Amino acid sequence: MSALDLLRTGSPQECRPVPRMLLTRPQWGALAEALVADTGPELMALWADPASVYLLLREGATLHLVSCPAPDGRYPALSPARPGAVRFERMIRDLWGHVAEGAVDLRPWLDHGRWPVAAPLAAKPEANGAAVPQPEFLTVEGEGVHQIPVGPVHAGIIEPGHFRFHVQGETVVRLEQRLGYVHKGHIGLMLGKPAQVAATLIARLSGDSTVAHGWAFAQAVEQALEVSPSPRATALRAVMAELERLHNHLNDWGFVCNDAAFAWPHAQCGALREGVLRTCAAAFGHRLMMDRVVPGGVAADLAPEGTAAILAALDAVEAAMPGLLAVYEGHASLQDRVVGTGRVAPELAARFAAGGHVGRAAGRGFDARAALPYPPYDALPPEVPVLAEGDVDARVRIRIAEIGESLRLLRALLADLPEGAVQVPLPRRGGEGIGVVEGFRGDCLHWVALDEAGLVRAAFPRDPSWLQWPLLEAAIEGNIVADFPLCNKSFNCSYSGVDL
Amino acid sequence: MMQALQRMLWPKLARQLLGRPVTDPAPAVSAEVVAQLAARLEEGAQARLGRSLAIRQVDAGSCNACELEINALGNIVYDLERFGLRFVASPRHADVLLVTGPLTRNMKEALLRTRECTPEPCWVVAVGGCAVDGGLFKDSYGVEGGVSAALPVDLVIPGCPPTPTQLLEGLLALLEAQAPPRRDGAA
Repeated sequence: MSALDLLRTGSPQECRPVPRMLLTRPQWGALAEALVADTGPELMALWADPASVYLLLREGATLHLVSCPAPDGRYPALSPARPGAVRFERMIRDLWGHVAEGAVDLRPWLDHGRWPVAAPLAAKPEANGAAVPQPEFLTVEGEGVHQIPVGPVHAGIIEPGHFRFHVQGETVVRLEQRLGYVHKGHIGLMLGKPAQVAATLIARLSGDSTVAHGWAFAQAVEQALEVSPSPRATALRAVMAELERLHNHLNDWGFVCNDAAFAWPHAQCGALREGVLRTCAAAFGHRLMMDRVVPGGVAADLAPEGTAAILAALDAVEAAMPGLLAVYEGHASLQDRVVGTGRVAPELAARFAAGGHVGRAAGRGFDARAALPYPPYDALPPEVPVLAEGDVDARVRIRIAEIGESLRLLRALLADLPEGAVQVPLPRRGGEGIGVVEGFRGDCLHWVALDEAGLVRAAFPRDPSWLQWPLLEAAIEGNIVADFPLCNKSFNCSYSGVDL
Repeated sequence: MMQALQRMLWPKLARQLLGRPVTDPAPAVSAEVVAQLAARLEEGAQARLGRSLAIRQVDAGSCNACELEINALGNIVYDLERFGLRFVASPRHADVLLVTGPLTRNMKEALLRTRECTPEPCWVVAVGGCAVDGGLFKDSYGVEGGVSAALPVDLVIPGCPPTPTQLLEGLLALLEAQAPPRRDGAA
């Protein structure tokens, strides 16, 4: 039986837009085994609550959600079938205490041994009085291999994380990441809160993707409660999401050039991005548009002068693009650093189901706006650029193409903004829903279960970086240490988004 | 011919030399904040620091929104370096620790070690609502609280995230506070 046939044998539970198939332990085990041979379905996310584990798969335009009770705190591992499951399984053990049987790797991930409790989200967390353990890293054998520890406090103005390099001469033999430093306990804080309050926490899951995560969470809540936001709210969400894509892509393009010590594009991109952010503040009242997307719609309507301000900022970006691109392409000193550096093999991007520019630069043409279309993109589909090279240059070029596409989408959205209210009231009842929104970094995926009073019973926010970070470890292999900042910036994964 | 010209950097640079600067004027600084800060700084430190500050940024748990705005300070519109303020790669070179985020339990030791590496005199600036008191995250098992849960804080720049202009106001107040008293007695 194929994996999808197997999961159809489960008992369907109410969840929207797709039902959740409840599997028994043997059924889940059979599914885990079937996925080894059946490489079709992609693992999008794996998480838990105190009683069960949950798995979200995708094949084509369909999501498949399954769950399995774990009354004794154990469940059959998926990591032998899907490498992307490794970090999820480590995270599940740290947060809920459920152990994946037969897992590839069960070293701690988010839990550094510094919390007052172990398994803080379990039904009964145990007090933690143990000494802080030393982290264990994978080893490398060979003549002249030595280690370079980097972080958690980095040299630049970036988020904290530890990188353990094993190098031979200048060449990186292995990179291993150790994250979890900015674990704030998002999920625990969301529990028992009304959706609107939980949304303010989600807006701060990864500040650079505040709109995309806010929108995906709002979608999940709206699915759970069977409400639809107004056409105007939907269009305004898309305007904000495209502005967010634009300012982040400009930022990343500039920073990649800066990491190759080429300052001019960085200065230009910085100025253009500042123009976009000021426009966001004028149009929506906040430079990053934090807390502007709320469950049920958007917090406030577009300011009266907003459309004109946005269009002016778009014109400025468009006017600067040809010159910027010509300089990026025309300087051998820059091209020499980015072309062929930090290559991700298309097979790896596919196996990890890596989204965003990481996947699309390595042949995986998934963009949630096109592959799992949601309003307003169902009526306004984006062109999805795809490249196969998988190097730093390809990731930059995907961003450049998407800047152009965001300009087009923004103009189309603003030219045809529907009239009407921007918020609908949320009914007070229970439900379960999934939301997926394409952020600048990739697909932001949210699952939420609300109890009868409309309070969050369980939730899981999945940042796209979960399935991109592991590929950075692969991309840097065989490159020189000095190219790591360039590779890292070309990925620009979120730390806060995966540290939860 | 046109294409070759477009690829070249020098005509673009020349054009920018002739145009008006895109940099914003400096924001005003609160006299009250400056007086409070000056009172915290010993006289000797004023002479040593002079009118320039090296800043080491430490993310102790932020959602990265504060980092975006701190990074924006370096763009040509805010042009932080014109004030003698610059970001440095090591705490050993720093006069200021600019700390963001609710202080997570997993970052506390790294923050304390960073402080130990920073020479005296050293300002600690807490940036963002979370750094003030833990913000939305203060009741979490994973969070110690604000930055002051681990280190004495000299200046707070609230906001979620603070805008680059608000950040600049705070940092300029630090500069003003350590300006040596004028010799002519005009204060």
